[in-house]
Amino acid sequence: MSRLSVKDLVAEAVSGVGARPARTVLTVVGIVMGIGTLVTTLGVSATAGNQIAGRFDAATATEVTVHVPRAGDPDAPPVVRWSATDDVARLNGVTAVAAYSRTEEGKDLPVRANAVKDPTRILDRLLPVVGATPTLLDTARADVAAGRFFDTGHVRRHDRVAILGAEAANQLGLTRIDNQPAVLVDGRPFTVIGVLGAVRRADQQTLGTAVILPWTTADDDLRLGPITTVSITTALGGAPLIAAQAPIALAPNDPAALQVDAPPDPASLRTGVAQDVSGLLLILGLVSLVVGALGIANVTLVTVMERTAEIGLRRALGARRRHIAAQFLLESTVIGLLGGIVGASTGVLAVVAISVTRQWTPVVDGTLAAASPLVGAVVGLLAGAYPAMRAARMQPVDALRGPA
Amino acid sequence: MTYVLELTGVSRTFPTDPPVTALVDIDLRVGRGDYLGIIGPSGSGKSTLLNVLGLLDVPSADRYRFEGVETTELGDRRRTELRGSRIGFVFQSFHLLMYRTVVENVMLGGLYTGVPAAVRRERAVAALARVGMGHRHEFLPGRLSGGERQRVAIARALVGDPALLLCDEPTGNLDSSNTAAVLDLFDELRAGGATLLVITHDLAVAGRADRQVRITDGRLSEVVTR
Repeated sequence: MSRLSVKDLVAEAVSGVGARPARTVLTVVGIVMGIGTLVTTLGVSATAGNQIAGRFDAATATEVTVHVPRAGDPDAPPVVRWSATDDVARLNGVTAVAAYSRTEEGKDLPVRANAVKDPTRILDRLLPVVGATPTLLDTARADVAAGRFFDTGHVRRHDRVAILGAEAANQLGLTRIDNQPAVLVDGRPFTVIGVLGAVRRADQQTLGTAVILPWTTADDDLRLGPITTVSITTALGGAPLIAAQAPIALAPNDPAALQVDAPPDPASLRTGVAQDVSGLLLILGLVSLVVGALGIANVTLVTVMERTAEIGLRRALGARRRHIAAQFLLESTVIGLLGGIVGASTGVLAVVAISVTRQWTPVVDGTLAAASPLVGAVVGLLAGAYPAMRAARMQPVDALRGPA
Repeated sequence: MTYVLELTGVSRTFPTDPPVTALVDIDLRVGRGDYLGIIGPSGSGKSTLLNVLGLLDVPSADRYRFEGVETTELGDRRRTELRGSRIGFVFQSFHLLMYRTVVENVMLGGLYTGVPAAVRRERAVAALARVGMGHRHEFLPGRLSGGERQRVAIARALVGDPALLLCDEPTGNLDSSNTAAVLDLFDELRAGGATLLVITHDLAVAGRADRQVRITDGRLSEVVTR
């Protein structure tokens, strides 16, 4: 019985691959490019996606902001009544809600601190003025650097008190409040009872430069008018739901008129970014892989032609067609496997290197890295199919006449 | 007595247009231990006869019995098996694998007969010793002279202990001194009981055989010698 043990077959194939080192290396490089590009592409997009998702920490993911358009007619009933914030507070998942009315963009009011009489300083500053509910401190994730924030008592009594943002206090030259300083907003005096520290909510940074008054006082004295912004914090994971419910609670008559800013869903964001990055490069990687496969096919075909005499000899020595086919298939598979291993390693290293330069956390799919040699081997196997078939079909008579 | 090979009325026609008749009505018997030389100029049908005898090609008609087995009725698989296990080939251009060492080349001899590698190595070492190449095991063929290469190729043919050693112009690529050495080796093998069939155009080479036949235009004729 004519037969060939697997061990002998592997030995023959490996020595065949090793017979032409330079050619083998060049062929392997083709597969390395393909697999390497694929691994790098998938790795970098996963890394970048993870990076972007990482920016959405627990705090950011719980912030919902509702912008209320100004009514065209000043006498028309307000789109959102001040009492509507209580309706939002009752929604399940809302941890804090605040509303404020802000001076229109470009219509900031002149503010001066009367305590300072320094002719070299510009006294009047144009600053945004905000009439707010007392809960604003919570929803803006701000703290008070000095003094205190106003409470519901101040609101109810229409007290003429003011809180200054950190930058506003700096511009007005107010550094302490224990001496009961006052500010004149559009000529009207207010007692400063507190200065804000850092405002940690990203979309409420204007508060740092603003003068904050109880909304009742602001409406009385400065005609700030109805609510322009409602800021809400929610329980973790509640933001999408609250974003949908808040407009209805705030303006049951016309919820569509309100503009809601809610954090994007981190999961979908990550997928989206990964898809953006990888789509094109993935095609590039696949193209390189196909080119690599064609390289293997080409080189194996050339090798088959060159080794015609060897094929004839093996047939004369009792090799069956399938033995010849198996040997050439295995040789191209070994080349693919080598390319896969080196390509996966190169790809992983590339992902790590890119991550290091960007100071990202590298994310490499272990399955992908482990499967790459397999993919390479399969590509090699497929690429070797035609040349192996050609080799097996050769007649020993013709083959022996070939080049020695 | 069973002949090693027994051809009766064998012809080979190639189905070209017009058909080429390479062998006509060949009758040939080779017994165990025979040393037969087949002489013929190029184009006489030598190669075709070699391919038929070596089971590399199937004759168009009639009978070819190898060790009593009718080969014309065998399938490709059985013929391949018979070829691998019972016939040793020696070629004009040696057909050694240049990237394998001498001993690895000789080990190819039993590769397709299911002999374990360790046993093949033992046999290869023994065969190399038999052809006087025991000192060159780890050399690559590129570093050997033509005569040495042919001796390695003969060792490869001998390694499976074949019933027939089929040599196609074994000295065609060798100079006179190497030719003499190879022919001396054939004499030794003959003395050791091997069956040799040498196809050549060289009368001097064929002259070393016990018996000679001439092939002309696809027909065999006995040559009376001595």
